Amino acid sequence: MNVADKLGAFEGSKNHPEGWNRPPVIEPDGEGELLEVAMGPHHPSTHGVFRMDVALDGERVIRLKPVFGYLHRNHEKIAEGINYLGSMPFTDRLDYICPLTNNWAYALAVEKLTGQEVPERAEYLRVILGELTRVQNHASAIGFLIQEMGASGTPLMYAFREREKILDLFEALTGARMMVNYMRFGGCRVDATEGWLAATRKVVAGLPGFADEMDRLLSSNEILMARTQGVGILRPELAVNAGITGPMLRASGVNYDIRKVDGYGIYNRFNFRVPLGEHWDVYDRYMIRLLELREAIKILEQALKDIPGGPVMDPKAKIRGFRPKPGEAYGRIESPKGELGFYLISDGGTNPYRYRIRPPSLINLTVLEDMALGENVADVVLIFGSVDIVLGEVDR
Amino acid sequence: MKTVEEIKAAIEAAVPGAGVQIVPNPSVSGQHSLRLAPGHAVEVATFLRDELSFDFLSNATGVDWPDKEVTEKVKVTRQVTKAVDGVETPVEETVEETRKSVQPGCLEAVYHLYSVALKQGPLTLRMRTVNRTDQVELPSFTPIWRSAEFQEREIFDLFGIVFTGHPDLRRLLMWDGFKDHPMRRDYVEPDDFEYEPTAHDEVLKRAQAHRAAQEHAVAGREGTGAGQ
Amino acid sequence: MAVEEGLKIELGKQGIFVTTIEELYNWGRRSSIWPMQFGLACCAIEMIATTMARYDLARFGAEVFRPSPRQADLMIVSGTVTKKMAPQVVRLYNQMAEPKYVIAMGACAISGGPFKQGYNVLKGIDRYIPVDVHIPGCPPRPEALLHAFMTLQKKIDGQHLTGEDRPRHLDAAAQGEFPVPVQGEHDLEPSSNPGVWPVPVVIQGSGHSKS
Repeated sequence: MNVADKLGAFEGSKNHPEGWNRPPVIEPDGEGELLEVAMGPHHPSTHGVFRMDVALDGERVIRLKPVFGYLHRNHEKIAEGINYLGSMPFTDRLDYICPLTNNWAYALAVEKLTGQEVPERAEYLRVILGELTRVQNHASAIGFLIQEMGASGTPLMYAFREREKILDLFEALTGARMMVNYMRFGGCRVDATEGWLAATRKVVAGLPGFADEMDRLLSSNEILMARTQGVGILRPELAVNAGITGPMLRASGVNYDIRKVDGYGIYNRFNFRVPLGEHWDVYDRYMIRLLELREAIKILEQALKDIPGGPVMDPKAKIRGFRPKPGEAYGRIESPKGELGFYLISDGGTNPYRYRIRPPSLINLTVLEDMALGENVADVVLIFGSVDIVLGEVDR
Repeated sequence: MKTVEEIKAAIEAAVPGAGVQIVPNPSVSGQHSLRLAPGHAVEVATFLRDELSFDFLSNATGVDWPDKEVTEKVKVTRQVTKAVDGVETPVEETVEETRKSVQPGCLEAVYHLYSVALKQGPLTLRMRTVNRTDQVELPSFTPIWRSAEFQEREIFDLFGIVFTGHPDLRRLLMWDGFKDHPMRRDYVEPDDFEYEPTAHDEVLKRAQAHRAAQEHAVAGREGTGAGQ
Repeated sequence: MAVEEGLKIELGKQGIFVTTIEELYNWGRRSSIWPMQFGLACCAIEMIATTMARYDLARFGAEVFRPSPRQADLMIVSGTVTKKMAPQVVRLYNQMAEPKYVIAMGACAISGGPFKQGYNVLKGIDRYIPVDVHIPGCPPRPEALLHAFMTLQKKIDGQHLTGEDRPRHLDAAAQGEFPVPVQGEHDLEPSSNPGVWPVPVVIQGSGHSKS
């Protein structure tokens, strides 16, 4: 059976140049039509409004095409119309589970453009809040992944229990549970009191117990192991070529963590390891997230011990109505989903000329088709869950 | 990491006739970029990926540089016949004229490359199209770096640059029947705004335009009604 | 014929319960509203947090979130509705069985929210479907969603079975299916549903527009 004849609308343009990394063509066995199913945009497991057009031969996936744009909110166009500080609340709404790391990436990009220095206490606060965000993001990601396996919400409840404790800390410091709008160019908006630091230490003291609990309950669960081991394999060469970053890249065995490579902020003062995967499957991605949760706890303990006093904002820094000199800059951080980068072109005015977000979730989806070909359609849901995307970031 | 000058020299040694220029970046970040001519861009990119180990394409985006109207004042010397002492004589006169010319704009694609093997970066590459209207093709980097696949589709969707050699160039974020390229600077949004009680600035202008259009429509209907 | 409260309580102590069909009907309906799993954006995360152990939504009757619209009573539109998604939202609303209710959660679902200037953002879901409760906030706290749920329950309690103001599902002449917008070349066509959303009238003023 000629696959190309059957697929029709799936082929798109027929330009297949020689030698590029295209997904393999799987031949369906048997005769008959391929079943074309649109999974989404309203689907219980698609993490938001995302659509996958799959062509199935029985239960096996022959072709998969993702469709985006259902949450395209034109953030980049809005940012060209307001000033630099005005875009800060919009960055909260990009990856809405990790608003603080989005703020940090944008502040870092603007500080690269203008050369502003950040005081030390602000750097420590940024690290503490960033790692707390990483903890609650990885816990939620594991919870959502297990829910899609059919666990019907119980691990998610455990993850959200910890998340609520961390959100209480965010609310006490920044004033909002989720959309914090906290980082500024040259520091942070509000200083943390001693009481807040004591409360944070208490929460962080309870986190290793939570990680042990998840590990004990989930890691050697035979259903989890049977469903995720050997499923959704991503080769390291393809991962690097396709621009994958974050826990997905490290689960494919590539040692690339932007906190270690770029050393932005004060990350080179902290002692933490980078876990790598050996089998490159969904189980590895789950384990990498759990291990990174433990490493984040280590960083938190060190940062909370060493945080110095001082201001959190350079008093001479001009935040409102500031006009950076013409030029451009690309700044990136290791967000819990991958490499979140901001590319800014300034023409000397109060508004950016071009404001671009490099979304880790969108680029991590480039290899969704490669990982899902040949697998059962039920496993596609798991593979998609292990990529850990947030639609606000994919569509911006 | 090698500086942009060294990389330029290496490219020109490996790919003769590559047409590489350095675009300096006046800001503090010091991230200078290389502008490539579209003709040999694919060979240059293959050289960068294989020989200089830039195996990771981090970011691909588009920028719109619209047409600029340039006014310049030029002193023009002309021969004019004037009456001098009652006699018509040709006299040279210097007059200042303002000349308006339109500098054609273009669309630009910007790429940021990193090296995972050598832990280096970023290297910024740029490519410009000829103009914004009909000659908007650029070569696609998707055969070289797979991560350009969705990003070039997005640049096509939002800016209108057509990438030749891309395996599946469709719109990414907007629906397939959409006709405009929204991120261009001259895009006009559809008039579907809600008119808030305290309109200001841009919103006030749009509310006034909408009101004027509504009154025009009402007057048109009343005119035809009265004419019956 | 309504029975006065004192008599009701006395009889209740004896084990005799007196009620009206309307009260019983509305009590059954409001105590078991099953929402549809319909999270679009950031407000969906607060909706999920409302169903988790801290702010438990299940104790209000929303025991399960049904993925299928045929089995759900309530659609909580949580998050920005974009023009690409709007036809799907209206289709899902049409597929829900009567009686059905809509809660517009968050600023984006009410009127476009912070993204109002977007070319792809629908300025409020109430342009196409009727909304019962609006919750302001960006995102609204879980307590706000609980308050909205209780407001909806009070609204259902006050619905009459007969008469002029009876709800849509008891009125054979009321509109059941709402027209689905089509994605045109530049915008959705039509850009709003005039039966559901009255277009604001711009009144001549001192340079400001009033609706």
